[in-house]
Amino acid sequence: MVTLLSDNIIEIKKVNFYYGASKALTDVTMDFKKNKVTALIGPSGCGKSTLLRLLNRMNDLIDGTRVEGEVVFEDRNIYDPDVDPVEIRRRIGMVFQKPNPFPKSIFNNITYGPKLGGVKNRSELEALVEQSLKQASLWNEVKDILNQSAMMLSGGQQQRICIARALAMKPDVLLMDEPTSALDPVSTAKIEELIEELKKKYTIIIVTHNMQQAARISDYTGFFYLGKLIEYNPTEKLFTTPDVKQTEEYITGRFG
Amino acid sequence: MKWRYFKQNLFFVTVRLSAFIIALSIGAFLVYIFMNGIGAVNWDFLTLPPRDSMTKGGIMPAILGTFYLTAGAIIIALPLGVVSAIYLSEYAKQGPVIRLIRIGINCLAGVPSVVFGLFGLGLFVVFLQFGSCILSGALTLGFLILPTIIGASEEALKGVPQTFREASLGLGVSKWQTILRIVLPNALPGILTGSILGIGRAAGETAPIMFTAAAFFTAKLPTSIFDEVMALPYHVYVLATAGTHIEETRPIQYGTILVLVALVSGIDLIAIIMRSYIRKKKRW
Repeated sequence: MVTLLSDNIIEIKKVNFYYGASKALTDVTMDFKKNKVTALIGPSGCGKSTLLRLLNRMNDLIDGTRVEGEVVFEDRNIYDPDVDPVEIRRRIGMVFQKPNPFPKSIFNNITYGPKLGGVKNRSELEALVEQSLKQASLWNEVKDILNQSAMMLSGGQQQRICIARALAMKPDVLLMDEPTSALDPVSTAKIEELIEELKKKYTIIIVTHNMQQAARISDYTGFFYLGKLIEYNPTEKLFTTPDVKQTEEYITGRFG
Repeated sequence: MKWRYFKQNLFFVTVRLSAFIIALSIGAFLVYIFMNGIGAVNWDFLTLPPRDSMTKGGIMPAILGTFYLTAGAIIIALPLGVVSAIYLSEYAKQGPVIRLIRIGINCLAGVPSVVFGLFGLGLFVVFLQFGSCILSGALTLGFLILPTIIGASEEALKGVPQTFREASLGLGVSKWQTILRIVLPNALPGILTGSILGIGRAAGETAPIMFTAAAFFTAKLPTSIFDEVMALPYHVYVLATAGTHIEETRPIQYGTILVLVALVSGIDLIAIIMRSYIRKKKRW
């Protein structure tokens, strides 16, 4: 297991999570390293997406969910009663499985969050749009059609719009929930390159079904099974000499 | 031919026939109204008040009255209905209380319109002492169409993809802002559809305004919301049942109905155009 180091940005401590009466996560303890890519893998229903959505309190939106334990971000448990989840979600952005741009123009997609966050100055917004789209390596493709609907773009471009939209909030952490599972191989490759680039500035936590993807892009990998964190190690170690037999069986395709 | 093919064809023919019969009856109804009514309709009919015990002249006060009443009903019912729908679909935790509210709304939709009329008479005209006037009538009609608008708005809100809400909330936008900026604009076409149905119903009802707003005859045009008005459906009712010249005024009755149908269709058309315009911009 990875030992505690000072460069952790988020630390999860003994977290249990319930959907009503059913338990989705059991006693999960793990920490996420700053400016690294951490992949969460495991078979469907293992709790990896639940864990991801726990990190910016997106699970709050589902009725009847309950959290035990702590999720510490910047020395604060984000589940403390005095923490505003809206504030947390500004700092910890999210990209979803299916590209979900708003039915607005490209420009307004990017500026939607910052505008409501208080950025009103037009030139400031324009600079933000350019910067975010460049970071999402989409600027050259869309710089002349910023006023067109984002819905007209291809799936891969839409997903990069969603990434740019999240980056425009200047978050510290970017959560990605199977961001390429709805995309073709070329678009997937582009997103993977992008992740490689983004980790210089952001901490990225990504859920993926694709083990090759986890092996390609991540620095650390956590393997989940039946709501438990089975193994958490540097990616290279987990995929070559895993500590736990279950992990080996999963990554070699013997179950899951 | 095999028996089961025969059964299948029989079923198709029946289904198709049903659809045709409906379209045909609506068409026949409209043609009948048009043929009988168009003779009475001319510029004077639309712009002059009735005269000679309502056997001659126009129906302008009634057109204006119906317009005021319908507009008033929508102004009252639309905000109230949309806000209720937002509460029910976005905020309320589903449970027995909410189920009770929903049952209440459905019951309200099934209440005969004359009951609304009596309720309006009791509450607005008598108890609140508004008297028989535009305000009382618009309030009564507003309550009448409230279930339609709530139902349609709730459906429209539910139709907005959950992924839009997640995208907005995931950016650190508050729930209220998400509803205001993302959910509501995308639900607008559906909400407009509900309003269209509401407008049609409000404009056409006679019973709710009989005791609350409609005047048997007044040549005076309303100057405030506390004035009585004539209204198209009530005018037809009066001419066809209570007048002394029922046969003589038959053409005026048909003409009035034609104007009512045209007015409602006109308002509907505006709403439909608005809806398709918004839809074109908001397609997902």
